[in-house]
Amino acid sequence: VIGDFLSRVRGGPTVCGDGAWGSLLMERGLPSGRPPELWTLERPDLVRAIADEYVASGAEVVTTNTFGGSPLRLDAHRLAGHVETVNASAVKLAREAAADRAWVAASVGPSGRLLAPFGDVDPDVAYASFEQQIGVLADAGADIICVETMTDLAEATLAVRAAGTVAPRLPVIAMMTFEVTARGVFTVMGVRVEQAAQALADAGADVVGANCGYGVESMTIVAREFATHARTPIAIRPNAGMPQRRDGRLAYSEGPEMFAAAARNLMLPGVALVGGCCGTTPAHIRLLAGQLSASK
Amino acid sequence: MDLLTTLSTNLQEGNDRAVCVLTRQAIAAGLPPAEILDRALLSGMAAVGARFRDREIFLPDVLLAARAMHGAMALLKPLLAAGNVPSAGTVVLGTVSGDIHDIGKNLVAFMLQGAGFDVVDLGTDVAPDRFVDAAIDSGATVIGVSALLTTTMAGMAGVVDVVRRRGLSARVATIVGGAPVTDAFAREIGADAYASDAPSAVERIRGLVRRP
Repeated sequence: VIGDFLSRVRGGPTVCGDGAWGSLLMERGLPSGRPPELWTLERPDLVRAIADEYVASGAEVVTTNTFGGSPLRLDAHRLAGHVETVNASAVKLAREAAADRAWVAASVGPSGRLLAPFGDVDPDVAYASFEQQIGVLADAGADIICVETMTDLAEATLAVRAAGTVAPRLPVIAMMTFEVTARGVFTVMGVRVEQAAQALADAGADVVGANCGYGVESMTIVAREFATHARTPIAIRPNAGMPQRRDGRLAYSEGPEMFAAAARNLMLPGVALVGGCCGTTPAHIRLLAGQLSASK
Repeated sequence: MDLLTTLSTNLQEGNDRAVCVLTRQAIAAGLPPAEILDRALLSGMAAVGARFRDREIFLPDVLLAARAMHGAMALLKPLLAAGNVPSAGTVVLGTVSGDIHDIGKNLVAFMLQGAGFDVVDLGTDVAPDRFVDAAIDSGATVIGVSALLTTTMAGMAGVVDVVRRRGLSARVATIVGGAPVTDAFAREIGADAYASDAPSAVERIRGLVRRP
């Protein structure tokens, strides 16, 4: 039986996360351009099967298929009426697969809009959108709130604060997406790792870190910066490289062996959770889990 | 510092009020609109683009500069039109089916307009046939397709395919871009060009419209 998440990330050993959802659903037939969240309602069997495969591969965290499940984001697909069902059903499917062997981490992605003053979305509106989604996720029984793929620190901290308000008893992971440039590591909005680690923890995140991006190797550089600057445990979930198109389908440059071997370099002091993002599959997670248990 | 240099500097700093005031001053001083555009606004945006590419500045800075550019263009456009400055070409832009992200696409639209192109902006979640219909209706010779998500980028191939299927490959070029998109991906789907950011999109599109 899996214990308390916070004790585990604070005391170790490193938690094995799961891998991608959106890119895996596409591999299994989700048409390009169809919001992945819709498949929770239309193809629950497939969503459940992916969760099962991740648990069977050794993932100790099952992420919910709710990355784009905030009202602001669903509204852009004219699906605003589905906030409750999309989010609650996804938690239910993840919970069935996780049973008592894995934690259910409820994914909360960006709104997809720019906040004022750079864009037209009032921060209060974004906050309310996160509150609504996270409220449903928490009521449906998620174990963890996982804010991810953020590039704007203001938006990320709004999501973390919303979690603290509507799901005060749940641990919060907050991850942003960084680029490694010649001038240093930044999000496209210009946020540095040190700023992110501090502001996200100040907003109430229990675990901070990075996801998505450009593959394991560049993520190693990002992880090193977190290891230097974070005062909380760290979560790292790289992509399996960059997407390429082979025989009419998307494929990623880093296969399971390469990914798992390179992921060894992510296991730095403070890194408490390692998983995968776009392009990773149960096969990647199986080898990663082996790698993690070998280093325990 | 001369007026146009001051204008360019303020544009690069994203001071939209100052940019409007200085543009009005330049017009009142009798400077040719095409010169204001070229020497202050386009050169300013080019500098912004280069500094963003080197990550000396970030997306918020580019957005502020683009907003200031937009304000100045509103003042200059009627004068440029009256002066019969020829269009650099017509470009259809949009974000691919299922994708609602428009930040990058809007930047490209801004910068293309600034560079003298006519832009038909179809917005987000655009189906392949709509891109092609719009190109036919507007006489555009370039279609630009944006995607931010790994779950939507595959749809870019659909746009390239429809251009080909409808027999327009010789007349309409395709260019793709967005965070997960790479040059290799663009080549694999048969797009004519790839751009890694808004300034290089403008450069590449300039090359594409010159195609015979």
